[in-house]
Amino acid sequence: MNEDERARSFAALASLHLDAAYNLARWLTRSPTDAEDVVQEAFLRALRFYDGFRGGDGRAWLLTIVRNTFYTWKARERAGRTVEYEEEAAGLQLMETETEPALHNADPEALWLRAADRERVERALLALPAEPREILVLRELEELSYKEIAAIIDVPLGTVMSRLSRARALLRAQLEVLSER
Amino acid sequence: MSAMNCEEALVLLPVYGDGELDLPRALALEAHLAECAACAAELRAQQALRTALRSAPYHRAPETLRARLQAQLLPAPAALAPRAALRLPSNFLRWALPLAAAVMLVLGGLNGFQAAQRGDAALVAEIVDSHVRSLQMDHLSDVVSSDQHTVKPWFTGKLDYSPPVHDLADRDFALVGGRLDYLARRAVAALVYRHRKHLINVYVWPGSEADRSLQAEVRDGYSLVHWQSGGMRWWAVSDLNEDELRQFAELLKAAAKT
Repeated sequence: MNEDERARSFAALASLHLDAAYNLARWLTRSPTDAEDVVQEAFLRALRFYDGFRGGDGRAWLLTIVRNTFYTWKARERAGRTVEYEEEAAGLQLMETETEPALHNADPEALWLRAADRERVERALLALPAEPREILVLRELEELSYKEIAAIIDVPLGTVMSRLSRARALLRAQLEVLSER
Repeated sequence: MSAMNCEEALVLLPVYGDGELDLPRALALEAHLAECAACAAELRAQQALRTALRSAPYHRAPETLRARLQAQLLPAPAALAPRAALRLPSNFLRWALPLAAAVMLVLGGLNGFQAAQRGDAALVAEIVDSHVRSLQMDHLSDVVSSDQHTVKPWFTGKLDYSPPVHDLADRDFALVGGRLDYLARRAVAALVYRHRKHLINVYVWPGSEADRSLQAEVRDGYSLVHWQSGGMRWWAVSDLNEDELRQFAELLKAAAKT
C-alpha cells in the first residue's frame, strides 16, 4: 500500500469511528475542548501506528489509543491541578467501602431508580472517578463485550467483571446521593 | 447439574444480564430465577440500571473536529465524509480491487458492495447473531410502540440517518418497536415486527448502490431476505418460513416507496 492509499485507508477508519472516539474522550476528560485535543492527538498517534494494525476491530484499536492518549494527557495536566487529584482520592475512598454483591432491596419505588432520569444519570456518571466511569461508558454506551473491553483497557477478563461490578455499585450509590438533594 | 443456589446466582446475574454467560449456566440460572423472586427482582434492578445508563448522552464528534482531522490526516483535499456519505472517485473500484481486503473492509461505503458481491457470509452471520441476541431478555426493543410516528423519530440524534418505518398491521405484520444495533461496523436501526408468533428483525441502513431485488438465504435455520431500495440496504431475518418472509419484504418495500 503506498502512502496515499495508506492515508486514505486510515482516514476512512478514523471517520467511521470518530464518534466513538470522541464520546469516550468526552466522558474521560469531562470537557468538550479537552476531548477534541485528546482525539486529535490520539488520531495522529494512530496514524503513526497504522502499519501495526493487522485488521480486525478498528473501533477497539482506535479506542485503545484514545484511552492511552487520555491517560498520558491527564498525567501531563495533573502536574498543575491538585483539585482534580483530591476528587479522585475521594472517589477511590468510596470504592474501598464497596462490599461483595448483596441482595439489594429491589423495590421498584427505590429512590435511586426514580432518580435515574437522564440528567441525573449524566451527573452521576461524571462524578465517578475515571476508572469506573470509563468501564461503564465502554460497556453501556459503546456496548463492547467483556473480551473487547479487556483488550482495550489491557486487563484480564475477570478484572473487567469485577471492575464493572464495582462501577455499577458506585453509580447506584451516586444516584442515591443525587436523589436525596 | 445440581440446582443453583442464591449465592451462585447472585455472582452470575450481572454476567447474564450483560449477555456474556455461557448457555449451560444461563439455563441453570434461568431455572433458579423461575423459582426465586428475590434474585429475579435483583436482575430487574440491574436491568433498570443498564437502561438508565443507556440514557446517558452519546457525544458525537463536532463537525469542526471532523473537518480539522480531515485536513490533518489526508494528503490531498479529499472528502473525509461522515460515515453514511463516503464518496469515492468513479474509477476507484478498478484499482481498489487488488488492494488488501482490510482496506475494503474499513471503507464504510464499500461494505455493502462487498456484501452484495460475496453474499457476505460474515454479514449474514452477524445478522443472525444479532437477531438471536435480540430475542433474549429485554434486548428486543429500546422503543416499544406499534406507531411508526413514535418509532421513527426515536432514532433522531441516535443515528446519522432517518430509517423508513412503516406499520403493516393491516397485513398482519405488526410493528413491535425499534432499537439501535451495530452491524457492518456501523450503528443501524433495527425495526421489530411480529407475524403470528414469529418475530422479524429488519435492519436498514444507508447504502450507495443501485436498487437490488429481493434475495433470500437460510442460515442456522433462520430465513433472511435482503434488498437495496431507495438508497437503503434492507435485511430481514426471522424464523418465519422463506415464502412468508419474502411476502413481508415485498410489502415493506412497497410501503417504503409510497
